Amino acid sequence: MFLDNLVLGAGATGMNLGDALVTLVTFLILMALLKKFAWGPLMGIMQQREELVASEIEEAEKNRKESATLLAQNEKLVKETQANMAEILESAKKQANAQREEILAAANAEAARLKDSAQRDIAAEREKAIEAIRGEVVSLSVLAASKVLGKEISEADNSALIKETIAKAGEVK
Amino acid sequence: MNHTSPEVTWNITDNFGLTFNLSTVMMLIISATVVFLIAVIATRKLALKPTGMQNFMEWIMDFVKGIIKSNMDWKTGGQFHILGITLIMFIAVSNLLGLPFAIAIDGDLWWKSPTADPTVTMSLAVMILVLSTYFGIKMRGMKHYTGTFFSPMSFMFPLKVIEEFANTLTLGLRLYGNIYAGEILLGLIAGLGASGVLGFLGAIVPGMAWQGFSIFIGFIQAFIFTMLTMVYLSHKVSEDH
Repeated sequence: MFLDNLVLGAGATGMNLGDALVTLVTFLILMALLKKFAWGPLMGIMQQREELVASEIEEAEKNRKESATLLAQNEKLVKETQANMAEILESAKKQANAQREEILAAANAEAARLKDSAQRDIAAEREKAIEAIRGEVVSLSVLAASKVLGKEISEADNSALIKETIAKAGEVK
Repeated sequence: MNHTSPEVTWNITDNFGLTFNLSTVMMLIISATVVFLIAVIATRKLALKPTGMQNFMEWIMDFVKGIIKSNMDWKTGGQFHILGITLIMFIAVSNLLGLPFAIAIDGDLWWKSPTADPTVTMSLAVMILVLSTYFGIKMRGMKHYTGTFFSPMSFMFPLKVIEEFANTLTLGLRLYGNIYAGEILLGLIAGLGASGVLGFLGAIVPGMAWQGFSIFIGFIQAFIFTMLTMVYLSHKVSEDH
């Protein structure tokens, strides 16, 4: 009884051409509307995202390459700088050494010159002193002689005179 | 259980008329509206970094893309993407509409799944047949299309002709049968539940189980219909067949 009802009541009674038409039209309109209002924009944004990701990856790749080149450049620069620095240090050392030698030589020469001139001065002074003494001795001799000649002198006077003269000469000396 | 359909006939000439099942028409339009609303609301705020419903929609798009890609080259299959998404969503929503309740007024069944009507499912199936034939001829040429009926052996011709009709018939009736059977069983369980206190207690567990299973079937059938659509399309348009 139940099954009879089921079979008899099964769906539509036949193929309704109108239903078929409505189905097709509804589906096609739905598809067109969705394409315009939903799938189109959604596909667009997915496409955009794909492009964005692709471009970002490309950009990252480019940046990576660029930083690698920069790094190599920097390394080269550092090496160059180090080499330059060593060179400069070396030349400065050489220059300092040369300067030291020069100053030392100049000082030595100056010292030698000063010593020489001092020695010469000393010698000249000595000559001068000897000359002066000689003059004095002569004048004293003359004085003594004049005194001898000037008066009669006693033995005592004579001896005193001689002593005086010698003392004078000693003083002069 | 013995429902009739609210049919009207529009007589164009004396011996030719179009018959409309008003409940089917109404349910088709409701299904289409629901699908349209879901899709449009989900894609209102589109962003490169997707959130919420946009994620869901993109998942459906990728899912259908996967179905197409498993059958043919994306270069040929890309143009069927929109057809596939619309099919899967329309059929899934149609299948689910009849699950929560059925409304009958004066013995006429008004609220049901539109896909529980063989006319609807067969219309969709025939549409797929026409589309696959059209794209087959358009993309590969008439000669290739005719050739497919004689390959790999010319004596296969009768089988190939039968295959065309069998494919279409099974495509439509598989969907109809699954959904209609589901609704019949739901109706029987609901009838049992309405028969009394004991009947209600007895019906509540199988009712819930069958509702859950019907939801599963609804999605599975939508997936199968879309999958087979792409298979039949690829038979006609792909290079390697």
